[in-house]
Amino acid sequence: MEHFFDWSLTFDLLGYDFVQQMLIAGVVLGLTAGLLGPLVVTRKMAFAVHGTAELAFTGGAAALLLGIGVGYGALAGSVVAALLLGLLSRRDADRDSVIGAILAFGLGLGVLFLALYKGRAANKFGLLTGQIVAVGSTDMWLLIGTAAAVIAVLAFIYRPLHFSSVDAAVATARGVPVRTLSVVFFVLVGVATALSVQIVGALLVLSLMITPAAAASRVTASPVKATILAIVFAETAVVLGILLSLAPGMPVSAFVTAVSFLIYLVCRAFGRSRSHAARVH
Amino acid sequence: MITPVTDRSVRSAVALRGARLSYGDRVLWDGLDLEVGAGEFVAVLGPNGSGKTSLMRVLLGLQPLSAGTVEVAGGNRRIGYIPQQRALDPSLSLRGRDLVGFGLDGHEWGTGLRGRKARRARVDAALESVGATRYADEPVGLLSGGEQQRLRVAQALVGDPEVLLCDEPLLSLDLAHQRVVSDLIDARRRTAGTAVLFVTHEINPILPLVDRVLYLVEGRFRIGTPAEVMTSATLSQLYRTNVEVVRVRDQIHVVGAQHVCEDEPHHVADEG
Repeated sequence: MEHFFDWSLTFDLLGYDFVQQMLIAGVVLGLTAGLLGPLVVTRKMAFAVHGTAELAFTGGAAALLLGIGVGYGALAGSVVAALLLGLLSRRDADRDSVIGAILAFGLGLGVLFLALYKGRAANKFGLLTGQIVAVGSTDMWLLIGTAAAVIAVLAFIYRPLHFSSVDAAVATARGVPVRTLSVVFFVLVGVATALSVQIVGALLVLSLMITPAAAASRVTASPVKATILAIVFAETAVVLGILLSLAPGMPVSAFVTAVSFLIYLVCRAFGRSRSHAARVH
Repeated sequence: MITPVTDRSVRSAVALRGARLSYGDRVLWDGLDLEVGAGEFVAVLGPNGSGKTSLMRVLLGLQPLSAGTVEVAGGNRRIGYIPQQRALDPSLSLRGRDLVGFGLDGHEWGTGLRGRKARRARVDAALESVGATRYADEPVGLLSGGEQQRLRVAQALVGDPEVLLCDEPLLSLDLAHQRVVSDLIDARRRTAGTAVLFVTHEINPILPLVDRVLYLVEGRFRIGTPAEVMTSATLSQLYRTNVEVVRVRDQIHVVGAQHVCEDEPHHVADEG
């Protein structure tokens, strides 16, 4: 703990490749999670994100056991989870129970895979809670490429997706393929979740995907501003979290979640006054 | 009455010909012929389960007919849709102008970053036309039901529709707001010649506006002016029981049959 605010150590560590890669990965993730977050919040999918992250953990654990890249395993796991959730939870009322069932089974499988894995214990723990040396240079290109694909698809479907997220009945009436978009969005969230798992771990993906967007929705009613704020908040949390974690050598996720939650608290306190003011004319 | 479909100047805004809708053995309606002209206001009445909802779904293109043909706005999809009012989440990051904007290009793919200025002007004009400018930038979830429903009207009109499909839009509104919303719809069809199909279980709030009524009861139906359809004789025939239609001042009250007056709302898009 004596290194907690040792900024010269932090500065030294910033010279290392792996730290720089970590920061780049963090910036890419912050952008992706911040873009998706407001839609996830609007669609009330926080639990779905958590469930998908657990399945990303299962996939990562399987990959660890098989000796292939954890990133690919996490990606496969969460895309399978997203497809299952998207296809099985046809009605909103079903969604939570479907997620609960899939999540529990997936987590159990993951525990089994980890028990069978004979490698470094730190690798196991890292899947759940994130780790500092997580992103290799191959993974880096996978991460950037996938994030770019997610953003491109999101840009293409954004308007009908937003429409159907807010107002499914009218969107259906206007010819928007609401159900298909729902499955596609589940997959986008799944991919982004898999990427986030590598930085903050499966248990704490919500801190990048949900908390910044929830904070943003407290302070603005404009969807564009909410998205921009969510990106800024997610970037702040991830970059500041990484920087703060360097000197003490502690898990990144602890700091990312702390910064993210602090932003949320501030926005809540500020936003409360806004909703009061809004109806006073 | 058969209108040549190819001639756009005289074609009907809505045309159902020999339309039949059945689910398995159950026939909701059969042999339904309905032509709605430009600027015409048609009320669709009937008890629950009579197929009002399904008719709406057919016109919206969400439900194929079992037989016959349907044509709405000449197939050009210039259709405005006003749903019944229902509560929006107060924490939703969405302003009135965003809700209206959905009506303009919410169904379009791509980013739509070009033409934002023109888009904003059209949304502003639509907001203005329903008197919603004052609260256009407030979170929709914090607005009253009447304010939200005025935004719905703007949302349906902003795309410059040829046909306006209204699904119980006055439900859960107080009398003053019912008046505001129905007057807005009436103004639109008078100034722009938009055809209006208005599904409701309560004809009185819109009675002065209605040109014709389509009354559906258990597979039977009658089309005509309110004076023709809303009579004891006609409704008794439709309900196959003794129904009394009483006129009290400017209002029509239907007495006698069970389920004649129903208060249960229905949902067009939820069932798909």
